Amino acid sequence: MSNKPVYTIPIGPIHPALKEPILFTFDIQGEVINAVDFAPGKVHRGVEWMGMRRNPVQIVHLCDRICGICGVSHTLAFARAVEQIAEIEVPERAHYVRSIIAEFERIQSHLLWAGVAAHELGFDTLFHLAWRVREEAMDVIEYLTGNRINYGIVQVGGVRRDFTEDQFPRIRKALETYEGLVNKLVTLFLEDTTIKLRCMNTGVLTEKDALELCTVGPTARASGLKMDVRADAPYAAYGDIDVKAILPDVYADCIKGDVYDRIVVRLFEVVDSVRIIRDLMDQMPAWPVLWETRYAKILSTCKKAEGEAIGRVEAPRGECFHYVRMNGSEAPQQWKVKASTYSNQMSWLKILQGEQIADIPIIVASIDPCMSCTDRVTVIRDGSPDVMTKDTLHRLSVEKTRRLQA
Amino acid sequence: MTRQALSAEQIAETLQKTGPKSIKDVKIKTWTEGQKKTPVASIWLRTTGESLIATIRAVIDIDYPHLSVISGVDTGDVVELLYHMQVFHGMPGAEVNITISVPVPKKNLVIPTISHLIPGAVYTEREKQEMLGVTVAGIPDPRGLFLPADFPKGVFPWRKDETGIPEGMVKSLYASGRPEDRPLPFVKPKEKMVKKSEVCAVDAVAPSEPDTADASQPEVTTHVE
Repeated sequence: MSNKPVYTIPIGPIHPALKEPILFTFDIQGEVINAVDFAPGKVHRGVEWMGMRRNPVQIVHLCDRICGICGVSHTLAFARAVEQIAEIEVPERAHYVRSIIAEFERIQSHLLWAGVAAHELGFDTLFHLAWRVREEAMDVIEYLTGNRINYGIVQVGGVRRDFTEDQFPRIRKALETYEGLVNKLVTLFLEDTTIKLRCMNTGVLTEKDALELCTVGPTARASGLKMDVRADAPYAAYGDIDVKAILPDVYADCIKGDVYDRIVVRLFEVVDSVRIIRDLMDQMPAWPVLWETRYAKILSTCKKAEGEAIGRVEAPRGECFHYVRMNGSEAPQQWKVKASTYSNQMSWLKILQGEQIADIPIIVASIDPCMSCTDRVTVIRDGSPDVMTKDTLHRLSVEKTRRLQA
Repeated sequence: MTRQALSAEQIAETLQKTGPKSIKDVKIKTWTEGQKKTPVASIWLRTTGESLIATIRAVIDIDYPHLSVISGVDTGDVVELLYHMQVFHGMPGAEVNITISVPVPKKNLVIPTISHLIPGAVYTEREKQEMLGVTVAGIPDPRGLFLPADFPKGVFPWRKDETGIPEGMVKSLYASGRPEDRPLPFVKPKEKMVKKSEVCAVDAVAPSEPDTADASQPEVTTHVE
């Protein structure tokens, strides 16, 4: 093996397998990945720079647009930071509304990911099923907030829309749908021979690496790190109910930290989210949902505020972190956004090493990156560049599945 | 490895005892949310660039932290770097957030790397180098991170002095206005007016009403054209 030459293969910056652009560079020896490097920043929009020139009420809506999937996490994290600086007491019901939306967001995000993962393995029937059942969560989110994405529901000091009692039956119907689906999804994803063949012992991240590389969310939990902001540092209504970090041992016997474990964690988090929403609905306190309805009052309070604070939220992909410093002017003096993928990307360097080219799509997707990969891969062989399309790469992955099945 | 959770007060006390002398302004803030008002504590402290490593070591001695991110603020003569980390993660309700603030004077913008203690820190240190112009001494990977390769040298987006984003780099798209050679946008006639005129047609006419109906018509025709 050692006498095979090493080739450098760039993947990206555009690749539909992942949802946003990023550039990977692989050093390949034969079929095996020797080293990995990546260059993010292909979709850097300078959101923080823009935010430092806007007032908090405007930033709330800017936050909604940081990510298409985590529509509520960023806004919630930012609003929590500003509320701590200005010492705004959020009405209790608002905490519940925030948590319920955040849990529906987790359900739809994990199912979206499950679909993507199935597609990367060449299991398109499962991909279509996962995305179809995801629609139920999307419909409820739209029913409750008016939007499928960019919900625009969180405001500094509360939420902009309330849930009424007559909306609860629709929410319960969605929860029942998911409860009825659990066994089916577990069987399809976790007991399938093909998925086991492709995902078990692939892309392993040890607990030590997970901790040292500062990973968060399902990626960290799949490696055995019991880390969940909802349980560790309860925010919104999570302190009132029982939330536990889901580790792969809820299903498997041991924790390996491979791609399979990441599927386990995400699927059982969907199950847990359904339970959490039920608990939250049972003990929802009464109106109001907004500390102050007049925007001018919210703005003037924020303008007077001085100090610094941190807002942390467990987004579907892990910890979402916002640092805000206000100095008595309209715009924040400093605003730092740390999305969950920011923390998880370093783990790619470890988990891709020693794996095969055909495993790249599923391993890269396994941390659920909110950022992306390849439309074409340029493979340089014998000095003549040869363009490998996404189709080819996908076909390689499907072929590997077939080989293993044979 | 069994971890014994400490309260925020105990952590602050231990840090002051075992950490470097330069630790000062130790503050503990607590914030509660929800019906049960579950308290979540955070410790804020200051140290100097020279004793940053010693401070991080003192934190690691208490519990290996999860480093969230390093953020930075340009406060005039100094760039303040803030190391946000959590200890006792994975212990429900016991997690404490620690923010270590390090002022770095602009005359000598150098800070030692902490990536040998926390390998995952490289990523966020790279970001600080390009966004704030801070030199992280000993960083294993000094390349840029988010900014494009052709981004001008010596411009640091988060700085608030002359090295920040200059006016000329900002494209104020909102100020570009509408092209003048296009038809005016269609304005929907007000619902009320249409209703009124309908009602009038049935009720056969008060003299002022047809005027309102006429007034709304030209707009509609412009749109059809």
